[in-house]
Amino acid sequence: MLEWRKQDNESRKMKLITKTVLVIAALTLAACDQNSRFDNPLGGSGVSDDFADSGLAASNPASPEYFRQFVGDSVLFLVDAYTLNASARATLDDQAQWLMDNPGYTAIVQGHADERGTREYNLALGDRRANSARDYLLSLGVDAGRVKTVSYGKERPAQLCSDESCYSENRRAITVLVAG
Amino acid sequence: MTRLFAIILAVLALAVPVSAQQGPLRIEITEGVIEPLPFAAPSFVAVNADAQEVGADIASVVAADLVSTGLFRQIQDSAFISGITSFSSPVEFADWKAINAQALISGQVSTDGNRLVIQFRVYDVFAGQELGNGLQFAGTTDGWRRMAHKVADAVYSRITGETGYFDSRIVFVSERGNKGDRQKGLAIMDYDGANVQLLTDDSSIVLAPRFSPTGDRVLYTSYETGFPRIYLLDVGSASRRVLEQQPGSISFAPRFGPDGNTVVYSLATGGNTDLYRMNLNGTGQVRLTSSPAIDTAPSFSPDGSQIVFESDRSGSQQLYVMPATGGQAKRISFGAGRYGTPVWSPRGDLIAFTKQHKGRFHIGVMRTDGSEERLLTASFLDEGPSWSPNGRVIMFTRETQGSAGSASLYSVDITGRNLQRIRTPYGASDPAWSPLQ
Repeated sequence: MLEWRKQDNESRKMKLITKTVLVIAALTLAACDQNSRFDNPLGGSGVSDDFADSGLAASNPASPEYFRQFVGDSVLFLVDAYTLNASARATLDDQAQWLMDNPGYTAIVQGHADERGTREYNLALGDRRANSARDYLLSLGVDAGRVKTVSYGKERPAQLCSDESCYSENRRAITVLVAG
Repeated sequence: MTRLFAIILAVLALAVPVSAQQGPLRIEITEGVIEPLPFAAPSFVAVNADAQEVGADIASVVAADLVSTGLFRQIQDSAFISGITSFSSPVEFADWKAINAQALISGQVSTDGNRLVIQFRVYDVFAGQELGNGLQFAGTTDGWRRMAHKVADAVYSRITGETGYFDSRIVFVSERGNKGDRQKGLAIMDYDGANVQLLTDDSSIVLAPRFSPTGDRVLYTSYETGFPRIYLLDVGSASRRVLEQQPGSISFAPRFGPDGNTVVYSLATGGNTDLYRMNLNGTGQVRLTSSPAIDTAPSFSPDGSQIVFESDRSGSQQLYVMPATGGQAKRISFGAGRYGTPVWSPRGDLIAFTKQHKGRFHIGVMRTDGSEERLLTASFLDEGPSWSPNGRVIMFTRETQGSAGSASLYSVDITGRNLQRIRTPYGASDPAWSPLQ
């Protein structure tokens, strides 16, 4: 997944050009790592389904596909932790900007945990992680009514192996877009 | 299918004279049995020809129940010198002594249409006399397994001095599919794995069901609304309703109060998880904890006066006990590691829990003040203990590691012995044991 550091507005314009170049390049590449996207919890098929895996969709900066591939929908956490590190904050900075640029969407932040914990505690930990990301988005100016949270505890791991290489990918908060 | 079942207990007149000597046929479970007690359970005698098959089936289920405790060893029919051909004839004790069948279960069955009548006696073979009184059960033929479990409960109870646990059910999560996308649905079965029925479909995630004190309803957590919420389900009809739907919050980990009309649960809102209780009709909501910690997995004491729960308020998951009305919580776990999913024994004497330490998971028990901690199991992932109705056996989830890992149900005696896997049609997790029916 591509990561973008926080930059000022000037270099943001440059960044957009760079992004466009990279989007065109991405069209010729194999698909990015796609986490399985289970049903949108607010019902409906979720906007992203309209665009499927079409690389063309990601060339539109106002598309959820672009959000997923180039803004980044996922932030990761350390064991038992729910604090945001610098990389997480950078991703959320971009998410907040995208949300404010695209008022036609709301978001649900899903919190997840790795499997090395009991079921109830992991539900609560996922909730902490989701709210940690949400609180940060709100602090950047995203309207509270546009961001909901849900926890999946350890029920939906992104990676299935039983070692830290997978666990680190599973301790995450994912921002899922909803049209309207 | 609703199972209407009437049991009539009748004390049978003794068919043999009682000798003055008291039989010493006894297993003291707490002493850690060294040698399982050998017994014989010949097919129950069929009064009418149609009852022959059920007579053999009943004896099989009785024997399987006793053997499953790890306390009994069955002597197979092929070793018998003489059998039981008539329920009311005197027993040839010499023939049973010769094959070392220390306990003998003798029975009789008759059917009339869909009506089934069972009679049985237990003999202390080496004392040459009956142990307790003969009993009779009557009901419908489709209830034969429950009657067999009741026979086994009576035998177990007479020999161990403990209440039995065989006429009971397990509600659990039946799970299928790939580890990243498990399809989970609620299911119920007899404690031995027979008669599995689905209570919900698997179109949304369901978690951790718990029985009401009378075994007729189940509390559980479901993602049916898109968010984890606590639900109440009626076992007989499988009808269900959501109990809590506060926007901006999620609820989970519900458990019944002993009165069967209250629920204690976790509510997470704004990133903070606390314990609440309320009446099942939604009134009387009371907040029980107010810490910034995660407070979850609550369980009532059998007398309803206290709640044990897990909290990370000290910096890591530990067990706490507080009054059922909320208030000062006292920490009871102090060993190295993390403690969670506490469950109060129906006998009131012990608390079972999940412990994590150095990358391993354990099911353990401790006294209600936290003393005498004992670990009963160890594996990659054991969690979520549930007590048998007599407080002597614990059922839990064991999950194997790796991308192809899956969950199954296991049981273990509180002495740590007799670890067994319970067969289920698919993967299974989050078992809850009903009270005796």
